[in-house]
Amino acid sequence: MSDLIRSSASLRQRLTLVLIGGAGVLALVLYFGVRLYATQIAQQGQDDILRASVTAILDTAVIRDDRLEIDFPYAALSMLNTPSDDRVFYAIRQDGTLVSGYSELPQPLGTLAPAASWSVPYQGADLRLTTAARSLIAGDSDTTITVTVAQTQDALSVTLAQISRNVAFFGAGFFVLAVLLSFWATASTIGPLNRLAQSVTRRGPQDLSPVAKPVPAEMVPLVASLNTLMGRLDQSLTRSEDFIAEAAHRVRTPLATVRSHAETTLQRVDDEENRSALRAMIRAIDESSRAAGQLLDHAMTTFRADHLDRQNTNLSELVQDLISGLEPVAEMKDISFRLRTEKDVTVSADPILVQNAIRNLIDNALKYSPAESDIVVSVAQEDMAVVRICDAGPGFPKDHMAGLVDRFARGENAKGITGSGLGLTIAHDVALAHNGTLELSNAKGGGACVTFSL
Amino acid sequence: MKFLLVEDNMELADAILQRLKFDGHVIDHASKMEDAVAFSQVNEYDLILLDIMLPDGDGRDFLEKHRAARNDTPVIVLTARSQVSDRISMLDLGADDYVTKPFDHAELEARCRAVLRRRAGSAQTVTRLGDVTFDPLAGVLTVAGQAVKLRNRELRLLELFINAPGQLFSKQKLVDRLFSYDDDVSDNAVEVYVGRLRKHLEPSSLRIRTSRGLGYSLENE
Repeated sequence: MSDLIRSSASLRQRLTLVLIGGAGVLALVLYFGVRLYATQIAQQGQDDILRASVTAILDTAVIRDDRLEIDFPYAALSMLNTPSDDRVFYAIRQDGTLVSGYSELPQPLGTLAPAASWSVPYQGADLRLTTAARSLIAGDSDTTITVTVAQTQDALSVTLAQISRNVAFFGAGFFVLAVLLSFWATASTIGPLNRLAQSVTRRGPQDLSPVAKPVPAEMVPLVASLNTLMGRLDQSLTRSEDFIAEAAHRVRTPLATVRSHAETTLQRVDDEENRSALRAMIRAIDESSRAAGQLLDHAMTTFRADHLDRQNTNLSELVQDLISGLEPVAEMKDISFRLRTEKDVTVSADPILVQNAIRNLIDNALKYSPAESDIVVSVAQEDMAVVRICDAGPGFPKDHMAGLVDRFARGENAKGITGSGLGLTIAHDVALAHNGTLELSNAKGGGACVTFSL
Repeated sequence: MKFLLVEDNMELADAILQRLKFDGHVIDHASKMEDAVAFSQVNEYDLILLDIMLPDGDGRDFLEKHRAARNDTPVIVLTARSQVSDRISMLDLGADDYVTKPFDHAELEARCRAVLRRRAGSAQTVTRLGDVTFDPLAGVLTVAGQAVKLRNRELRLLELFINAPGQLFSKQKLVDRLFSYDDDVSDNAVEVYVGRLRKHLEPSSLRIRTSRGLGYSLENE
């Protein structure tokens, strides 16, 4: 059955992939987010110091006698000391003209807010610059003093690298933990599903009772529909069994009425023409009844062969019981059964099927045996468990022996004997379903032998 | 013999009644389980013929009640089902045997005989005629103190004759009674069995007379 079901990606894989993928994305977001935030904070720290330095320089600028005087405070540069010995540059300009400092230091573009910071590459290193301007009154005109202080970013880079490394370790740890958690979560989520599947698989073919074990809330709809389906299946099986029983009852009861009347009338009527009509009627009833019985037997064989209900079956007892059930019928033709059974020949088989098969074989033997003859039935444990039934009838037609087990095939010498030709087919199908064989042969002194091996 | 027939289908019941009465049996008919239980408690029957599907209950319930009441009258189930498992369950419930509808009355008779024989000790149905004793259950004919075991067809033939001494039976009717309708037998086949019976009856006062062209009858001389 399972090869008929198309399977899409497994739930377990899908869940694991989603959880691990999610954990990976989260770890990356964490890594880049924390790094960006750390960079911003570190940069802001450097900018604050640079601005303080610029302000300190600007504060000392005065115009005295139309001349610019700046008392360069020592602290303005010493506050920029770092463990990495970052280099510090400065430039003081009056109305765009360099007064003191490094002339190559880049100028801010356009007019700037009171204080602005930006970065430029300079002499092979990243340079952070802060510029601020201040207007002073010199006589009757204004003059603008611009101070720029710049610092390389070595210390900042070292700090950032350290932070990045820590965040990376942290992210990786988070990821590993999340992967472990996701395996555990997957297993505990899939677990109930597997247990449900197992408990349904382990059932026997006849067990259609609903699943009673508690299941997780999410699986309740699935299990509920499963239970409904099994309920419906059970109902429809019961209904079709009831239907077959009811149908058989409806058909067979009137047949029985007709047959009884025909028999009674046959006793009363003297006219030979009427009598032979009545006999033909009885034969036809028997034939249709036998055919109906064998069709049902055959349907049951086919159905059960797919779901063998194997049990330890005592073949010796089974054959014994069958024969004592058929003895009254055999007696009517003065046929005796000669039973040769080994004690307790036991096989693992579906007893109902085996019984059905052997009953059909003995039925055949009874039909084809002449009056006052013997039917020899033997049960023995050879390589396989063997039931052999030999009669003293006409035997099988030599040319068609192989074809006799085919559905509705009847021997050439079956004329005048009611039957549907399903008896051997049923026995053959039952043997095949149990990996056994059915062999037909003719006894030396005449008579048919059927060997049914399991 | 005295039968109780439990069958809800009136037409079938009527047909079976006619057939069994024709053979000289006494038979009561119940069409409901309630009646069947009442009948079986009041009267003594040799055998109960029980249909499984009844309007007021399952025949299986009747079997259970029947056995619970320690009534040991044998029960033969008339079933329309042919599934083996169903048959087994009915035998488990205490039915003595079953026949599948539509049934051959000869087979029903054979099964009745087998069931009654199994219940040895129940009333013996021995018939006496002249100096002959005949036990149809055991199939034993006793002539002049000599017991002979009859074959089944001889037995059935003698049963017919001994139940209606003097009555003339045509060959064809005897053929129908002795051979199942399958068999393509000539009327002369019955001569073999008449011949055997004559041999068995030779030391007795009973004779089977041939009326040429008409048939046979049993006469007590």
